[in-house]
Amino acid sequence: MRFSSMLTILLAGLLWPVPSLRSPQPAGQAPSAVIPNEVRNPSVPNAKNEKDAPARSVPRFTVNVHRKRNDDFCFLTTCPAGAEPRLTFPTQIAQKPCGTITVAAAADLTDVMNEIVANFQKSTGCTVRVSTGSSGNFLSQIENGAPFDVFFSADIEYPRKLEAEGLAALGSTYLYAVGKIVLWVRNDSHVDISKGLEALRDPSIQKIAIANPQHAPYGRAAQQALQNARVYDALKNRLVLGENISQAAQFAESGNAEAGIVALSLALSPELKEKGRFWRIPENLYAPIEQGVVLVRASQNQQGAQKFLDYIKTPETAALLERYGFALPAKGKP
Amino acid sequence: MNWQAIALSLKLAVYVAGILLVAGLPLAYWVTYSRWRWKFLVEAVVALPLVLPPTVLGYYILVGLGPRTFSGRLWQSWFGHTLPFTFGGLLVASVIYSLPFAVQPFAAGFETVDRGLIEASWTLGASRLRTFFRVILPLSAAGTITGTVLSFAHTIGEFGVVLMVGGNIPGVTRTVSIDIYDQAQAGNYDAANRTALVLLLFSFVVLSVIYGTNRRAMSLWRKR
Repeated sequence: MRFSSMLTILLAGLLWPVPSLRSPQPAGQAPSAVIPNEVRNPSVPNAKNEKDAPARSVPRFTVNVHRKRNDDFCFLTTCPAGAEPRLTFPTQIAQKPCGTITVAAAADLTDVMNEIVANFQKSTGCTVRVSTGSSGNFLSQIENGAPFDVFFSADIEYPRKLEAEGLAALGSTYLYAVGKIVLWVRNDSHVDISKGLEALRDPSIQKIAIANPQHAPYGRAAQQALQNARVYDALKNRLVLGENISQAAQFAESGNAEAGIVALSLALSPELKEKGRFWRIPENLYAPIEQGVVLVRASQNQQGAQKFLDYIKTPETAALLERYGFALPAKGKP
Repeated sequence: MNWQAIALSLKLAVYVAGILLVAGLPLAYWVTYSRWRWKFLVEAVVALPLVLPPTVLGYYILVGLGPRTFSGRLWQSWFGHTLPFTFGGLLVASVIYSLPFAVQPFAAGFETVDRGLIEASWTLGASRLRTFFRVILPLSAAGTITGTVLSFAHTIGEFGVVLMVGGNIPGVTRTVSIDIYDQAQAGNYDAANRTALVLLLFSFVVLSVIYGTNRRAMSLWRKR
């Protein structure tokens, strides 16, 4: 009896929240994969795109047409026959102009990529799905057959490695930006960061968040900067390592680490901008964080991927990258 | 091979199993024998970690007990530091996260004990404590061993919470599962392979040994 009641609670816990979680978004994952960038970027100018309006509205209405009227939650065994199309319609949407392009992007690109993708979708009618995470993770995923079409790495060595391994289209690696790092503290910190990395010696700073130098390019740059500023040995016991640069930023943003060395692009992001202040680490203290993008060879949508890659090379995108805190590589300028 | 990480994981797992043995037995006893009508609520709370993803627990420890919240500041004033990035933090997280893996087998073991024997012990004048140690515990040894082994094994295999709140400090919070993840991310498949293989063999041997002895212990009790 004891266990039957426990089982009841467990089952209730499993079943109950599901319909209420689903109901605001009954059409499954597709809308969030297609539309969020438009929603999140109201700043994007709309005026010149009126002629594109029909193309844009296609996915939205397709979603509604395919939506089941009675969209109840069901277990695999209890699904009515009609419930299945719901699982397949994202690919139906994907058949429009140039299909769906799946992009793997380094975590420092999160914000700028939203805007790039929104612009790209508007001007081409393509659908882009973006996964953000650590470049090293994406590298090993792609090496093991992950279905990405384009890979934006925070370290250009990874695309080059993929090319060398025959896993990326030869000659497609393109240096799209150079990352910068900053020292970041929360607004409530008393530390005077204008003193630079020396300021980290302050005893009130018990933990310093950086990305993992073992596989994250921003972590490597942070480590180099600390070493070149001759504070690394004194501070190395205070370092906590984020799995990628976003996690390092989150450690600092949540106050669990009193300071962090993060990407400038993240320090400028809305999540961090209001909450803290930063100091640009001089670029002579670390090797440039060259960021490369590459076309994955196993891509099922070579055409779309190439289109997106071409779009990255436009001056429009370059300007956007610059605004979000990336430096432009000399040869990347048109 | 990162022996430091392996040693750290072992240390963490031993601590967690030990704490859960001490704290889990009374809890399981209460869950088994209490007649409180709202007991199912406690049972649900104990079982929560089975359902919740580790990210939820990690999130609460990181943000809920972070220095920006009241509870976090309270914690900081008691212990001098916040939970994330410390061995103590991993310990707290792992104990919570392995709770059902200890308490449920414990309770299941107690359940198998004949109620008549317990009452006989009481009528013969043995205290509840004495009855527990002399009658209930020996008769439910299999459940106790299983629960302890499961909480040990579950801690060795823990990844999500540690990734979220550990901060990857060598010797403090870089457990063996994190080390394997790092090696795989950095493309050092050889190192990842070796550590993974050691972990696999170790886990298999420990579990086999303990389940083997467990079975012998059970048949021993049955013969008596």
